[in-house]
Amino acid sequence: MALSGLFLIVFLLQHFSINLMSVFSADLFNEVSHFMGTNSVIQYALQPVLIFGVIFHLTMGMYLEAKNRGARPQKYAYNKAGASASWMSRNMIITGIMVMLFLGLHFYDFWFPEIKIKFIDGDWSGMENGAYRYWDHTHHKFVDPIRVGLYCAAFVFLALHLLHGFQSAFQSMGWRHQKYTPVVEKVGYAYAIIIPLGFIVIALYHHLIH
Amino acid sequence: MSEKGMNLTLKIWRQKDSKSKGKMETYPVTNISEHMSFLEMLDVLNEQLVEEGKEPVAFDHDCREGICGMCSLHINGEAHGPDRRVTTCQLHMRMFNDGDTIHIEPWRAKAFPVIKDLIVDRSAFDRIQHAGGFISVNTSGNTIDANAIPIEKEDADEAFNAATCIGCGACVASCKNASAMLFVGAKISQFSLLPQGQVEAKNRALNMVKQMDLEGFGNCTNTGACEVQCPKGISLDNIARMNRDFLSASVKK
Ligand code: HEM
Ligand code: SF4
Ligand code: FES
Repeated sequence: MALSGLFLIVFLLQHFSINLMSVFSADLFNEVSHFMGTNSVIQYALQPVLIFGVIFHLTMGMYLEAKNRGARPQKYAYNKAGASASWMSRNMIITGIMVMLFLGLHFYDFWFPEIKIKFIDGDWSGMENGAYRYWDHTHHKFVDPIRVGLYCAAFVFLALHLLHGFQSAFQSMGWRHQKYTPVVEKVGYAYAIIIPLGFIVIALYHHLIH
Repeated sequence: MSEKGMNLTLKIWRQKDSKSKGKMETYPVTNISEHMSFLEMLDVLNEQLVEEGKEPVAFDHDCREGICGMCSLHINGEAHGPDRRVTTCQLHMRMFNDGDTIHIEPWRAKAFPVIKDLIVDRSAFDRIQHAGGFISVNTSGNTIDANAIPIEKEDADEAFNAATCIGCGACVASCKNASAMLFVGAKISQFSLLPQGQVEAKNRALNMVKQMDLEGFGNCTNTGACEVQCPKGISLDNIARMNRDFLSASVKK
């Protein structure tokens, strides 16, 4: 759980950096997207690892939740769970499933079309009407206000997931230290807020400059 | 200081034996002094029930001074009630107000089956201890004085803090996953921090964690509820130490 979670956190940082380029330079974004989409190490080695990571994290998350629910077959008639643990820490499965639903939409929007163009149509040029298609594709996805809304909502859930998950992953691996754990917590809170907020800003940017 | 005592409504889990299906029952109590402990308040209720010819409420208790770990009530949705760093026997009625309704339930966990009313079977903790919560010391006449081995003050303090766990089970009761990791973490730490505990160090974490899983406790997701509700202030540091010991022993195996 912890290793796959941390792996996803690192991946997300990389994903964010590339998205951010789309705000500053369409050309740069196109170049980098084309590299990511056609480099064989990334496509055939890193991409499968990422997919495995996502599936592993989500299956283990659900298995863990099911097992933990089974550990208390009879619930309390009256319980004050909020008195001793944060909402985020108690609802990782809810925020996680929301992110998972979002991933469904996100794959439908970007991943499946890419796979179709490259592996079914066999077109590896990345071109459309004589120019790279990546920036235009991305840009057009954010015309629809409903889609933008769904993306923004998903990032709020991701933020909630990471507000607990980031520091939790360190504790799960036994990495706890009087001096450094407060630093990990602060970095975790910063990451959990800044990165999802950044994704939201990028989505809104593409929506608004139309 | 109020002269007149409090009138309270108690909602208590009643269950005849481990096989019966229990339910919440309502009992009024009157004239409860704010100086009483929570258990003394239940004594008042039980005297009342006995006078009425009814079955008194069964609950665990022994020392009534916060050191034995027997008392174990889930009061108003929290293990050992609304106060912090106290056991149920050390919880005072001044934490409540006249007219309050108080919900009282047993610890809820698959690994802690109810025996009767508010009493649960915590022998799962004993079996975890038997699986590795010990050190092998030769006692055949050539025992070495423990104090002959120098130990860093910080380690000694940490080990002592871990050893203050009274095995009450509030950590399990308050955890949303009914996880016993705070208890097990404390029981592993009290040995793994000391040189005397090194002989079995490798297998201790593996064996105790294995037994913990066999008993049907859940898995820690680091919500931190146990640390907040633990009457002895056992720290999450102990869970991290257990995770470290467990991981390194698994890798070395
Ligand atoms: C795909 C949908 C996802 C699901 C269903 C999901 C579900 C879960 C669950 C159930 C937990 C563990 C329980 C807990 O600690 O309370 C968890 C932990 C975690 N998740 Fe996710 N998650 C998802 C996506 C993500 C993503 C995208 C990231 C990071 C970018 C992430 C990062 C983490 C981290 C760091 C942890 C803590 C691990 C630990 O404490 O050992 N998760 N997730
Ligand atoms: S760790 Fe705390 S709550 Fe858990 S059994 Fe020990 S004393 Fe009780
Ligand atoms: S009765 Fe001993 S700790 Fe409460």
